[in-house]
Amino acid sequence: MSAISSSFSFGQIMNLIKATSQFVILTVVFSATARADAVSKQNFAAKIGYCQDCHGVSGQGYRGFYPIPRLAGQQTEYLENQLRAFVEHRRTNNVMFNVAHNLSPAMIRALATNFRHFNPRPLGGAPKNLVTAGKKIFEDGVPDANIVACAACHGPDAVGKNEFPRLAGQIYPYVVKTLTNWTSERGQIPGKPDTSAVMQPVVHSLTKSQIEAVAAYVSYLQ
Amino acid sequence: MSVICSETFQRSFEVKGVKARIMKLTRSRLAILVISFAAVFPRAGHAESLAIRNCTWCHGVSAQGYNPAPGLAGQRREYIQSQLRNFSEHTRDNPFSQLYMWGATANLSPATAHDLAIYFSTLPPQAADDGYRALEEKGKAIYQLGMPDANTAACVVCHGPNAEGVGEIPRLGGLAYTYLKRRLEQWGQGYHATAKPPMPGIASKLSVEQIEALASYLSFVK
Repeated sequence: MSAISSSFSFGQIMNLIKATSQFVILTVVFSATARADAVSKQNFAAKIGYCQDCHGVSGQGYRGFYPIPRLAGQQTEYLENQLRAFVEHRRTNNVMFNVAHNLSPAMIRALATNFRHFNPRPLGGAPKNLVTAGKKIFEDGVPDANIVACAACHGPDAVGKNEFPRLAGQIYPYVVKTLTNWTSERGQIPGKPDTSAVMQPVVHSLTKSQIEAVAAYVSYLQ
Repeated sequence: MSVICSETFQRSFEVKGVKARIMKLTRSRLAILVISFAAVFPRAGHAESLAIRNCTWCHGVSAQGYNPAPGLAGQRREYIQSQLRNFSEHTRDNPFSQLYMWGATANLSPATAHDLAIYFSTLPPQAADDGYRALEEKGKAIYQLGMPDANTAACVVCHGPNAEGVGEIPRLGGLAYTYLKRRLEQWGQGYHATAKPPMPGIASKLSVEQIEALASYLSFVK
C-alpha cells in the first residue's frame, strides 16, 4: 500500500482529479447542447445574426423602405407558424420566403424561441394624438361595426398567446401595413386556412383611421 | 426665410429639365432672386448661392457626381442632412470624407445644411451607367433577394425596390460604380458613416465579386 501511494504524489492525484472533472463537465455540456436541438451553435449564431441585421440587434424592429417588424418578446408559436407560412406561400413575402425556405424545422424552432425573452423599449414615433382612440378600439372593439376588442385574442396587455401574436411595442408602420394588406398577404392558400382567417372580418370592417389609431396605441405598449 | 428661398431655387431648377439651360438660367435667376429677396431677406440669397456653388464644384453643376464625389441629385433629404452633420462631427470617417468633407462642413450651419439638403434632393438624378453589364443580373439577385445561405440580407428591404432609399436610408440607384464599390468595401474596413447603422454587419460579409456585382447593378438603376 505504502509503495503504491508513494508512487503517486499528491500533485499527480490532484491533476488526475482535475482532468477527470473537466472531462465530466465537457460531457455534460455537449450532451445538453445536443439534446436542445440538432442545430450547431455556430450555424445558429450566424443565422441569428442574419435576423438581427434587419430586425435589429434586440429584435426591436427597423424602419427601412419596408417596415421590418419587431420580433422581441414575440410568441414562439406565432413566429414558427409565420416562418412556415412564408415557405408554404400562405403568407406572401418574397424576401422572407427566400430567407425561410431552406431552414430546417429544428432551426425554425430555435430561431422562433430566441426572441421570446428580448425586451427592448418600443421604437416609438407613432402619432401620439391617436393613442386614446386606439386604446378604446383595442379594449372595447367597435360594437357598431361588429369589430371585436383586440384584447379578446391578443390579451389585455397585447402580449399575445401561442399563434396569436404579441402586438405590444410593434412598430407603427408595420401594423398599419399588415392590417391594410391583410387579405392580400395572409391566408393565401384557400384550401389550407390558418389562424389568419380569424382576422379577416375584423380587417374588412376597420377603417383607415381606426387602423392607424390602434397601430399607434399598441406601438407604445411596453 | 432661407428655406423659402431655396425652395424657390429648386422650383426654378425643376421646371427646366435641360442641364445647359439650367446653367445659363442660374445666373439670371440668382440675380432676380437676389433683387426680389434682398430687401426682405438680405442674407439668404447670397449665402444660398455660395453654399450651392461650394458643393457643385466637386459634385457637378447638376449634382450628378464627379469621381470621387458621389451624385447628390435626388438623394434623400434626410440622408444628405444627416451625413453633413456626420461629416462635421467627424462620425463619417473614410479617407475622402476626412480629406474633403470634414473641411467642407466645418463652418456649415444646420440651417444651411437643411437648405442644401432640400435643394439637392429635388434635382432629378441620372444613372451613372458605368458598371459592368455582365455583372448586372448577379448584382440584381443579391440586391432583391439577398443570399440566405450566406446569411446576407436583401438590400431591397431598406433601400427600396428601385434603390431610391427613404428618410436617412440613402438612394443607391444610379450612383457611380467606383463610389458604390469603395463605400461597400469600407463597411468591412472599419470606417463609419453613422453611429449605429446595420450596414457594417451586412456589407462585411460580401466578397469582392459580390460587391462588384452590386455596384454594377446599382449604377444602372434609374
